[in-house]
Amino acid sequence: MMTERHAVVSVIGKDQVGIIAKVTNILADNQINILDISQTILQDFFTMMMLVDVAGRDNLDRLQDQFNHLGDALGLKINIQLEEIFQAMHRV
Amino acid sequence: MNIAHNEMIETIRMIQMENLDIRTVTMGISLYDCADADFDNLNQNIYNKITHYAGELKAVAEAVEREYGIPIINKRISITPIAEILGKATKEQAIEIAKTLDKAALELGVDFIGGYSALVHKGMTKGDETLLDALPEALSVTERVCASVSIGTTRAGINMDAVAKMGMIIKEAAERTKDQNGLACAKLVVFCNPVEDNPFMAGAFHGTGEGEAVINVGVSGPGVVLSALKRHDDANLSDISEIIKKTAFKITRAGELIGRVVAERLNLPFGIVDLSLAPTNAMNDSVAEILEEIGLERVGTHGTIAALALMNDAVKKGGAMASSFVGGLSGAFIPVSEDNGMIRGIMENSLTLPKLEAMTCVCSVGLDMIALTGDVTPATLSGIIADEAAIGMINKKTTAVRVIPVPGKEEGEMVEFGGLLGRAPVMGVNPYSSEKFIKRGGRIAAPLQALIN
Repeated sequence: MMTERHAVVSVIGKDQVGIIAKVTNILADNQINILDISQTILQDFFTMMMLVDVAGRDNLDRLQDQFNHLGDALGLKINIQLEEIFQAMHRV
Repeated sequence: MNIAHNEMIETIRMIQMENLDIRTVTMGISLYDCADADFDNLNQNIYNKITHYAGELKAVAEAVEREYGIPIINKRISITPIAEILGKATKEQAIEIAKTLDKAALELGVDFIGGYSALVHKGMTKGDETLLDALPEALSVTERVCASVSIGTTRAGINMDAVAKMGMIIKEAAERTKDQNGLACAKLVVFCNPVEDNPFMAGAFHGTGEGEAVINVGVSGPGVVLSALKRHDDANLSDISEIIKKTAFKITRAGELIGRVVAERLNLPFGIVDLSLAPTNAMNDSVAEILEEIGLERVGTHGTIAALALMNDAVKKGGAMASSFVGGLSGAFIPVSEDNGMIRGIMENSLTLPKLEAMTCVCSVGLDMIALTGDVTPATLSGIIADEAAIGMINKKTTAVRVIPVPGKEEGEMVEFGGLLGRAPVMGVNPYSSEKFIKRGGRIAAPLQALIN
C-alpha cells in the first residue's frame, strides 16, 4: 500500500470569477485528487485551502511552477506545501 | 479537514508576511579522525571529510524547503574545534587549514563554517596557541570561516591570560581588514560557557561530546512574535508572556519538523532545536521592536531588562514543550547590527554599551555585533571580555563578545558590514584604562557556583 501523503494548496488574494475552476483544473490535469476544500471571502479578500492527495509524488516542484504561473496571471498567491507543517504547528 | 481554515491561514501569514523561517540547518561534523602527523594528509582529510559528509546538505535542505513551503535561510556546517586536531602544525599551516575550510564551504554552497576554534578556559595546549596565533590572518584571508574561543566557564573560572590575548587578536583582526570596516571581527566570538551544539554563527562548533555527525536546527521569528503582540495591545504582562509562549511553541514545532526531515533524508541523527529569537534587518524582524511593543518608548530605557527577561523566559517555556531536544543557546539574541530597533535605540541615545552589558545578564548570549571606535585599546577589549565572562561564569549561562573595533571610525559614525551582518553605529567605550588589571594575567578561580557536587 502506498503511504499517505497529503498537501495543502492555499490560494490567497483578491476575489474574482473562476479562481476555483482554474486551480482545480491544474490539479485534475496532474491527476491529483482533492480530499477537502474550504474557502472564505472577507472584504473582497479570497482565501481557499484544499487538502489534496499527493501519495507517490516525490516532487511537487512542477505543480508549484504551474501554480506560480497561474498566480502571476491572476494576481493571487498559490502555494502547495506538505500538510505536516500545519499539523506540527497547530496540533499537540 | 483536520486543521481548521484559520489555522492554515495563520501559518501562511507567519511565513509570507511575518518572516517565519528556519534560520539555519547546521550539520555538525567530527574531524577527530582527520588528525595526522603529516600536515598535507591532515589538510586533505579535513577537506575530504567535510565535502563528503555535507555533499548533499544544500540540495536536501532546499528540497525540504520547497516541499514544506517554509524557507530555510542558511545551510551551515560546524566542525570539531580545529585547535584539537592541529597537533604540531605551524601557524602558517593553521592558516592553510582555514583556507581549506573556506574552499570547502564555497564548494558546498554553505554561507558559514564554524569551528575554527579553541577551548582555552583553563589553559592552552600547543595546538591552542597555534590557532590563536593564526586567528587574525586566518579570518582576514577567508570569507566563510567562523572562529570562537572559550576563555571561561563556571566550572573552570576565567583564563585571564587568554582574555588578554583575545584583546590583541581582535585588534589585529580589525586592522588586517580595515578596508572592510574590520569585518574579520564579525566572524570571531569570545565565549564563556560555550555550548557544544549551537547551530548559530559565528559561535557554532561541533563539541567534544558530540557524535560523528548531526543535524541541528536554529529557528527564528521575532517578526511572528511582534505581530502576535500587536494584535493584543491591551494585554497585561501575564497575557504577553502567554502570547509569546504560544508563538514560540508554534515556531519551534516547525523547526523540529524540518530538522527531523532533513536529518532523516541525510541519514543522520537529529540533534537539537535552538529556540533563539534571532533578528534580521528585515522590516519588523527585530527583538528590540518586541521590547518596544511590550511598552518601552525606545529599547534601552528603564524597564528594558525586565521586558527582555520576560520575553526570554517565555520563549524558552513555549519552545521547551515543542521540541524533544532543546539545545544550543536558546533564548533571545540581541545583536546590534542585525536588528533595526537596536540600531535606532543607539542612534537616538536610548541604548548604551553599559545597558547592553546589563541586558546580557538576562538574554541568551552577550555583546553581539557591536561596532566600537577604532582607537579602543586591546586592554579595553580584554576588559569588556572579562566583564562579560564574569557575568556568564557567575550566572551559569553562556555569554559572548563579538565586537568590532572599526579602524579609523569615531563614535556616532555608521558602518556597513553587508548581507546578514547588517550595519551598526560606532559606540564609544569608557575612556579610563583597564591596562593594569589585564596585564596582571593569571586566572580568575572558579566561583562557588562551581562547587555543586
